[in-house]
Amino acid sequence: MIWDSENNSKYFIILSIITFVIIGLWLNNLNEAVIKLSEMLINIIPIFAIVFVLFALTDYFIDSKKIARHLGEKHSIKGWVGSAIAGILSTGPIYMWYPLLNDLQKKGVDNSYITIFLYNRAIKPALIPMMILYFGLVYTIVLTVVMFITSIINGIILSKILEVIESKKD
Amino acid sequence: MEKLKKSIGKSVKMISRTLPLLLGILLLITLLLVNVPKTMFTTIFTGNSIIDPTIGAIAGAIIAGSPINSYIIGGELLNGGIGLVTITAFIVAWVTVGFVQIPAETMLLGKKFTLVRNGLALIFSIIVAIITVTITQVII
Repeated sequence: MIWDSENNSKYFIILSIITFVIIGLWLNNLNEAVIKLSEMLINIIPIFAIVFVLFALTDYFIDSKKIARHLGEKHSIKGWVGSAIAGILSTGPIYMWYPLLNDLQKKGVDNSYITIFLYNRAIKPALIPMMILYFGLVYTIVLTVVMFITSIINGIILSKILEVIESKKD
Repeated sequence: MEKLKKSIGKSVKMISRTLPLLLGILLLITLLLVNVPKTMFTTIFTGNSIIDPTIGAIAGAIIAGSPINSYIIGGELLNGGIGLVTITAFIVAWVTVGFVQIPAETMLLGKKFTLVRNGLALIFSIIVAIITVTITQVII
C-alpha cells in the first residue's frame, strides 16, 4: 500500500512541489499560484494553532480506558448528535483534523462517530448567511437540516459496511 | 504537569507528522483553484436530470477548497441556467467528499474507511440534493 508508511508523506510533498512548479511554469502562472498558496497558508496558521491546542487538550482529558468503557454505547443517539454538533462547531480544513480523528480511532471511537463528525464539518454557521444570500433562506434551512439527518444515516451505514467487511475478513 | 507535558509533546509530534501532508494538499488545491476557471463548469452541464447531478457531485468531489468558493461557483452556475439539484449535489460533494485529500485520509484513517466514507458521501450528495430541492419547492 502506497500510503502506509510515514516516509511516503515525504515523497508526497516532494512530488506535490515538483508538480506545482512544473505546472506553474508550464501554464505560466507560478507567481499567481504562489500568491494563492501564501494566502491559504496565512489563513491556516491560526487554525493550525487551535488544532495544536485541541490535540494537546484531547490527549490530556480523553482517557483511553474511559472511551473503552463507552464502546458498548456505540450507535447511541447522544453520541451521534454529539459528533454532529462537534463537526459543525469545528473549524479549519478537513485534513487538519485527520490526525486527531486517527488518535480517537485508535482509542476505540466508533467509525460512525468519526464519519458523522467529518460530514457535519460541511455545515458551518459562519457561512450560513452567505448561503442564504446566494440561494435563499428556505433552501439554506432545508439543506442544513437534510445534511444533519443524512450525516447520521451516513455514519450508521458506513459503520455497518465496515463491520460486514471486517466480519468477512475474520 | 508531567501528563500535560506529555500531551503537548504528542501534539507536537502529530503536527510535525501532518505538516508535509498538509503542505502537499495545499499545493494541489492551489493548482486546482488557479488553473480551473469558475466559468468552465457552465459548459459541462447539458440539462439531463440524472447525469447533471452526478457530474455536479463528481466535480464537487474533485475540487477542494473553502465552501465559500462552492457557493460562488454554484451561484454562477445557477445564473448560467444550471438546475438547482445539480448545484446542490455540487456544493454538498464539495464539502463532504475530498478526492484530493484521499491520500491523507487513507494514511491517517485507513483505506477501507476512506473509500467507503467518500463513496457514500458522493452517493448521498445526489440524494441530499434531490430531497433538498424537492422539499424547498414544496415549501415555496
